[in-house]
Amino acid sequence: MTTEALTTAEAAEPIVPGAPPPQPLWLDFWRGIADDNPVMIQMLGLCPAMAISNQLANGLGMGAATIFVLVCSSLLISLLRSVIPTEVRLATYILIIATFVTISDLVMQAYFPLLSKTLGPFVPLIVVNCIILGRAEAFAGKVKPMRAMADAFGMGIGFTLALCTISAFRELVGSGMLLGYSIFGPNYEPWVFMIMPPGGFLTMGLMFLVMGWWSERKKAKLAGVAA
Amino acid sequence: MSGHQHGAPAAPTPDAGSSTARLLFTLAFFGSLAGAVLAYTYQKTLTPIRKFAGEKVEIAVKEVLGSPARLDTLFLVGDTLSRSVPAGVDKLEAVKVFIGINDKGERTGVAVEEAAPGFANEVRLMVGFDPATRALTGFKVLAQSETPGLGDKIQKDSSFVARFVGKLVTPLKGDKNQTTDPSTVQTITGATITSKAVIKVINKAVDTWKPRLDAYAKEGGQ
Repeated sequence: MTTEALTTAEAAEPIVPGAPPPQPLWLDFWRGIADDNPVMIQMLGLCPAMAISNQLANGLGMGAATIFVLVCSSLLISLLRSVIPTEVRLATYILIIATFVTISDLVMQAYFPLLSKTLGPFVPLIVVNCIILGRAEAFAGKVKPMRAMADAFGMGIGFTLALCTISAFRELVGSGMLLGYSIFGPNYEPWVFMIMPPGGFLTMGLMFLVMGWWSERKKAKLAGVAA
Repeated sequence: MSGHQHGAPAAPTPDAGSSTARLLFTLAFFGSLAGAVLAYTYQKTLTPIRKFAGEKVEIAVKEVLGSPARLDTLFLVGDTLSRSVPAGVDKLEAVKVFIGINDKGERTGVAVEEAAPGFANEVRLMVGFDPATRALTGFKVLAQSETPGLGDKIQKDSSFVARFVGKLVTPLKGDKNQTTDPSTVQTITGATITSKAVIKVINKAVDTWKPRLDAYAKEGGQ
């Protein structure tokens, strides 16, 4: 590699091994929602997606808490990326993530006590959600703060959308309600199975099936255009 | 090939300053910073969290005692009841019994918190009863994580809660079928274990608290 090949921006920023290639900010953002959706495509964070997705309100609350933790920790990790020594980066990342998770847990307990009660241990468990440490290690620790934030927002919203889809379906079928409001009326006999854990597996399986079918169709279309 | 797969000019050199001291310093610094931030958040959120916990208990007490005109609170100190807590003990943390008093100044019932293991987890109830007759005035679930749709009916199904009102705890028993026995209640179909846990909590509450209340009354308290 020659020095002429490096632009001034790249020269100012030492190249980190394994850093994501530069791309427009909106692509960093969009990737987490669609092409690299953490739940649907990367299959990360399935544990909370399964456990709390029996009510739409839970999906929204969990999504909001995750977005908060993801964005704050990504920003901080990106800002501190030249300060944190490589050897202790994971310990420092976890420390930063755990701090934000505890803050969001306490704030939820104080101002949204009912939501905090239904989410139970799954708010503190955001610490071990692999989406967050994964983004810190694969992205935020290697890029500038703006990119890290765009990526974190995208991933967070992608996670929230997936959670909301699953939980809206489960709540609607399993109890005939959405956000606690009756949709199907009093004559609907709720399919209780759907709000219990097996219903979560079934919903997720169905969702992955639809996603797989959709991406196959997209691929076939692209192949048709090329031919 | 000597293992240079990236075409880098040399093997990755260790960070300039990553001596043990720097690693320790980084972790210690971030650790103490996190500690400070969390201490601040904890203090800021403590008041609303406690306020909510207190409100929740008060609502539950009023519900199981049928909204009495006045509430008295006694604290458990050792194994006896007392009107005040010893110095240094937090009133919110202390074990309490709430006494409902009607507008004529008569005791209508007492409410206590009690818990027992259910099907999935602990079932915690506020139990209201009349210590003189051992009759239940009601109960309210404070915490449970039973199966949604089955066990959680102890909280969501008001007809189940209504079955308990007026039953005599001598002790209380459960039955799968409908019953008119004054100390038997019908359990929930599909949630026998959870129903039995509720009955167990109620029996436990009356058995542990009635002697304490009787002893307190003997010593001149109301």
